[in-house]
Amino acid sequence: MKTAPSFLNRRDMLALAVVAALLLIVFPALLDGFRLNLVGKYLTYAFVAVGLVLCWGYGGILSLGQGVFFALGGYGMAMYLKLEASSVENTKIQSTPGIPDFMDWNQITELPYFWQPFHSLPLTILLIILVPAFFAFVIGSAMFKRRVSGVYFAIITQAIAAIATILIIGQQGYTGGVNGITDLRTLHGWDIRTDSAKFILYFVNVVLLLSVVGLALFVRASKLGRILVAMREKEDRVRFSGYSVANFQIFVFCLAGVFAALGGAMFTLQVGFMSPSLVGIVPSIEMVIFTAVGGRMSLFGAIYGTLAVNFAKTSLSESFPELWLLGLGGLFIAVVLAFPNGLAGIWNDYVQPPIDRALKLRPKHQGDDVAKQAASTAPAE
Amino acid sequence: MSRDDKTGFHSPLRRKLLMGMAAAPFAGMMPKTAFAQTPATAAVNTTGLAVTDTEVTVGILHSATGTMAISETGSIQAEKLAIAQINEMGGVLGRKIKFIQEDGASDWPTFAEKAKKLLVQDKVAAIMGCWTSASRKAVLPVIEQYNGMLYYPTFYEGLEQSKNVIYTGQEATQQILESINWVVKEKGAKTFYFIGSDYIWPRTSNKIARKHIENHLTGTKVVGEEYFPLGHTQFNSVINKLKLTKPDVIFTDVVGGSNVAFYKQLKAAGINLEKQTLITISVTEDEIDGIGGDNIAGAYSCMKYFQSLDNPNNKEFVAAFKKMWGEKTVIGDVTQAAYLGPWIWKMTVEKAGSFDVDKIAVASEGIEFTKAPEGYVKVHANHHLWSKTRIGLAQKDGQFKVVYESPELIEPNPFPKGYQ
Repeated sequence: MKTAPSFLNRRDMLALAVVAALLLIVFPALLDGFRLNLVGKYLTYAFVAVGLVLCWGYGGILSLGQGVFFALGGYGMAMYLKLEASSVENTKIQSTPGIPDFMDWNQITELPYFWQPFHSLPLTILLIILVPAFFAFVIGSAMFKRRVSGVYFAIITQAIAAIATILIIGQQGYTGGVNGITDLRTLHGWDIRTDSAKFILYFVNVVLLLSVVGLALFVRASKLGRILVAMREKEDRVRFSGYSVANFQIFVFCLAGVFAALGGAMFTLQVGFMSPSLVGIVPSIEMVIFTAVGGRMSLFGAIYGTLAVNFAKTSLSESFPELWLLGLGGLFIAVVLAFPNGLAGIWNDYVQPPIDRALKLRPKHQGDDVAKQAASTAPAE
Repeated sequence: MSRDDKTGFHSPLRRKLLMGMAAAPFAGMMPKTAFAQTPATAAVNTTGLAVTDTEVTVGILHSATGTMAISETGSIQAEKLAIAQINEMGGVLGRKIKFIQEDGASDWPTFAEKAKKLLVQDKVAAIMGCWTSASRKAVLPVIEQYNGMLYYPTFYEGLEQSKNVIYTGQEATQQILESINWVVKEKGAKTFYFIGSDYIWPRTSNKIARKHIENHLTGTKVVGEEYFPLGHTQFNSVINKLKLTKPDVIFTDVVGGSNVAFYKQLKAAGINLEKQTLITISVTEDEIDGIGGDNIAGAYSCMKYFQSLDNPNNKEFVAAFKKMWGEKTVIGDVTQAAYLGPWIWKMTVEKAGSFDVDKIAVASEGIEFTKAPEGYVKVHANHHLWSKTRIGLAQKDGQFKVVYESPELIEPNPFPKGYQ
């Protein structure tokens, strides 16, 4: 490795500009309010996918439990919104006014202590970031310090996703159970259900996503990013070189967790509720699929992959309500068989070279060589 | 026809006139649309719904895929049947009903997304849909925000009432109180053991049942109450407790696939339902299809509708349903309630003379449906239905024998005082 790709090189700048133009100008100009809100919902999954690119694509840590972090963020935001919607006037038909409706249905008469901090918006935002980071840190420390990795790590994260679902559904008095936390109305007095609010939230979401991608680009370009790739390729060698592998792994896992939580919080704001159907094994694996379709080595691919899969999902299910799952399954198989590196692979093979020639860049990029080697030497994790 | 000799007006014209007058009252009884001039679209649709001079669009929103598909398919079929029948009769206000079907995919956020699509993009005049409470809770804010109209078919926990929803299934008290009174009276039951799936509907239902048993009846008590996660299949521990406590009545609201395991394990443990009274509020003909008639014969189910109901409306309905969807299909309580949705909507639109949701919401109160397979039903001011409660005894062939029917229609009371 001679030179690492610099932070925000011309190529990344171009890609960032394209995705920003698409999300900030093209979509809002072409799509009506409803479709734009849908794109906003899809983009919240892209936060998770971007995190997975760092964690799985670069760090080699396949987590099948990212739904848990998505939920931590989403539920955090939902708890704040629910408390605001459960004012004493709004809930006066309940036996105990002033607490969320589902608590009342479960004979709970007092707001539980862990709901208390969610009365405050700044505290809520802080917790949306800190709780997933802390949780990822605990899981990461417990695993990576003991050198649990690869398939074992994937299985354990999957188990955590299953446990989280059971916990949320089982403790319905505190969490809303299967129904989730519904009927959310205002954010600090601002009605999030109106069309104008949805429009603004979409832009907030996109800007936040682009910042997350920017941060991920920075991490990738830094020395840390190189160590991540090195760890994925030869963990022992990095360890023998004097690096604490576990700490790097914990860091990237926490980062991916926080990204997912941000996505979750934006999901709650845009969709208007949070439910355990986004926590479990299936949604967690779906998010890995988004990443795989986009290309697990490509931060931008993660966004396109998420959008592509969800567009396909929505349009297929609208046209063929009874058969769409089969079609979607077929599409996945076709993509994985034909393009193992996902959309980014197609891009790098067919679209990027002519652009590079036009921009008079060198035809091949160092970073991609490493990525391609990785893909050929370690096809399956 | 009286003769009037004074006028001596015996012309054929007069006779025709008289016959026409005699026919007039009958004309009033015919479906209005067959005679009435189709009213102008601008007059019946002031809010920009998908109504043209010849068509009106409604949405069907259920899970066609995923774990709930097995339950919701019956509702989809019933709604399509009702729409086809209404179209045959000339439609609604002279307009044929066209439906757009969307798949909620057993996933609550998807339900919300699709409901929004139906309302915002397709501008449907009404949505027939949802099944689980969770999907309804996800859809409700969307329906209220965009002022849509939802016809919700499932029996549910109550504690809800919306201008934008008509609940064609029973709320909890309609199902529970009558069945407990019946079992206390008929079987002399004193002790009850509750077993349910762990989510809002069983918990709320059992809370109502418990309050009724403890506060409104004398000498009766609840000796056990247990909940299991959705999809749970190991009931051995609770079956052992049943053997130990020997309750007079096992009262269950276990839902979905768990039922199959529960009844098979009961039978395997030697609990004979011919001797042990078991009453369920969650098993319809649809569930028995999975459980197997042999495993559940002898249990009592409390519903408002059974496929075996012996009345002309129901015979016609069952025949039409089987003709459209095949001889082997069974019809459960919710399927029938789903069938009511399009009909009640049609009658409400005709009463209101408009497709506007605000007018329908007001006009809904007092709508009567005499051709309902379950018998006569009527919409209450709280948007639930007045309906009867019936108790059926499960037979080996998977059908129910109706052993009790409440004499009167039971008033829906989604916020029961003293039961919360």
